[in-house]
Amino acid sequence: MVLAGVLLMIPIIALMWVPSYAKTDPELFGFPFFFWYQFLWVFLCSGLTWTAYKLTLAARPPRTPRATDGSSTAGGDR
Amino acid sequence: MSAQVAVMAADTGINGVALAVLIVLFAIVTVAGFYASRFQRGDSLESLDEWGLGGRKFGTWVTWFLLGGDLYTAYTFVAVPAAMFATGAVAGFFAVPYTIVLYPIIFIFMARLWSVSHRHGYVTTADFVRGRYNSRALSLAVAVTGFVATMPYIALQLVGIQAVLEVAGLGGGDNIIAKDLPLFIAFALLAAYTYSSGLRAPAVIAFVKDILIYLVIIVAVIYLPGQVGGWDSIFGAAQDKMATVNPATDKPTGTFISVDSTHWAYATLALGSALALFMYPHSVTASLSSNSRNTIRRNAAILPAYSFVLGLLALLGWVAIAAGTTPVGLDGEPNAQLVIPQLFEDMFPAWFAGVAFAAVAIGALVPAAIMSIAAANTFSRNIYKEWLKPDATPAQEAKVSKLMSLVVKAFALVFVLTLDKQNAINFQLLGGIWILQTFPAVVFSLYTRWFHRYALLTGWAVAMVYGTVEAYQVINPVTGKHFGGSLGEIPGLGELGYIAMTAFVLNLVITVVLSAILNAAKVSNGQDETIPFDYVADADDPRVQKDLVDHEKHDAAYGDPDDISGNAGAR
Repeated sequence: MVLAGVLLMIPIIALMWVPSYAKTDPELFGFPFFFWYQFLWVFLCSGLTWTAYKLTLAARPPRTPRATDGSSTAGGDR
Repeated sequence: MSAQVAVMAADTGINGVALAVLIVLFAIVTVAGFYASRFQRGDSLESLDEWGLGGRKFGTWVTWFLLGGDLYTAYTFVAVPAAMFATGAVAGFFAVPYTIVLYPIIFIFMARLWSVSHRHGYVTTADFVRGRYNSRALSLAVAVTGFVATMPYIALQLVGIQAVLEVAGLGGGDNIIAKDLPLFIAFALLAAYTYSSGLRAPAVIAFVKDILIYLVIIVAVIYLPGQVGGWDSIFGAAQDKMATVNPATDKPTGTFISVDSTHWAYATLALGSALALFMYPHSVTASLSSNSRNTIRRNAAILPAYSFVLGLLALLGWVAIAAGTTPVGLDGEPNAQLVIPQLFEDMFPAWFAGVAFAAVAIGALVPAAIMSIAAANTFSRNIYKEWLKPDATPAQEAKVSKLMSLVVKAFALVFVLTLDKQNAINFQLLGGIWILQTFPAVVFSLYTRWFHRYALLTGWAVAMVYGTVEAYQVINPVTGKHFGGSLGEIPGLGELGYIAMTAFVLNLVITVVLSAILNAAKVSNGQDETIPFDYVADADDPRVQKDLVDHEKHDAAYGDPDDISGNAGAR
């Protein structure tokens, strides 16, 4: 869970640190660095969030249902 | 193709073909909106869970379309490129980091809000605050802030539709009725199907909207740069324009990329907007309508696809610079808000310009519908039921919500038709500042009750006043009017920053200090009707399943049935 939190913090810190990317070089396909770098973070952030999602699923303890009376009426997801 | 472009550019009146395509697509969407009430249908629409949250059973993809349609509004599509076109990257491109950092933030807290809302039948954030602290005052503060902040947002969707209609050549008559009739019809239809189908209407229409938007953006980004000399010349033209000194202010027109003096503004605009967005009732409504807490987390990972599109759209504002687009309204005045529709009309064949116009116009309908539903839910739950008629049944609540959704839309229409458009934009800026001040009460309370209800209320009140006063003092350098922007000097730092963030920090300091004092003095922090399990409950939990079955009857009261806090698990 801690690792998931760290993964989620990375894009926030990276993008809040504006001086680190407020420059025009190196260019990529005619795009100044400022722009393609931020586009790149769309994908990085998406990947990190997905990884964090998988981590939280794995970290979730196996469910121990106490109220068993609900299981017979599983009509909530029609 | 270039001959066609020349013909289109010369055409300044009504664009017949584009208009016809626009009307046909609009008609299709209207029919879909009315039929939407059959989509994943529940037993009846006579409760807020059904009408206002679509029965809380939208899966990952429906939620993706709904949230995408909700957050990336027509106004965004019009205003972000317009800001890029007029004043450059700091005013416009911050939308990209904003919509990136947004998702880690909602990943962290939205799943908890979903779970606790699911367990207790909360429809709004104010419901949650009420349950967490048993504080009517704090709940009212959150509800009123949400309601007031949403109103100008709805009005701005109309500004988006108006921009398209204006470029298509409609609404130019001197007669006030004929001038605004198309907008009026569009909104009347929207109001009618929202009333009859509830949240299912925008959910269905969002599919159409997103397909059109993606289609238009992909075509625009592939086709247009080649027409104006490639990305090199686009960035070159933008750099030249932004460096040109504006005679009115004696300063450069805008910023090509963020410079030393704008880094704080860029970062605080992005972070402040990201923190604020999921405090808006319409974002919460769309999130709570999903069928499981993991639907929201999966969406946090796949929603950035829209951010990519938004970034490309922002750059279209600079494509317009390179293309020499001159956005002039039907009144003959230059209007940067028209730049994207004008670019489409100038550069695309008429039929595709029609598709693009429809994408923007339909893009306005989805958020307008969700926002009016969300504002109406807030009114009926947290003002009507809480203060005016405590014994209202779920059916009555739904009825009030439906009527209120009409009132809200009518208000937005009057707002746009009678007041200057600039007022709508100013109020929306203010709305952003205001809504962020509810963040501590809602999000921190999802984790802890250390923060004291009176401290949260005081922090909110002071920050609201501070933010409003600061925003009022921003003078537009060209027109000399108040509410000229959302940037103010950060006290103690001397840099320009987003006023909402400054107010937010003030809010935090007050809340923390007062909470420490009130807790030390052992002042009661109200009764808590939630238990720790509520915050991690998922849809497939047996106890939650039992709740769902209970709720399907639609006649039981929502929330905690016996009003004894902390025993919800025993139901």
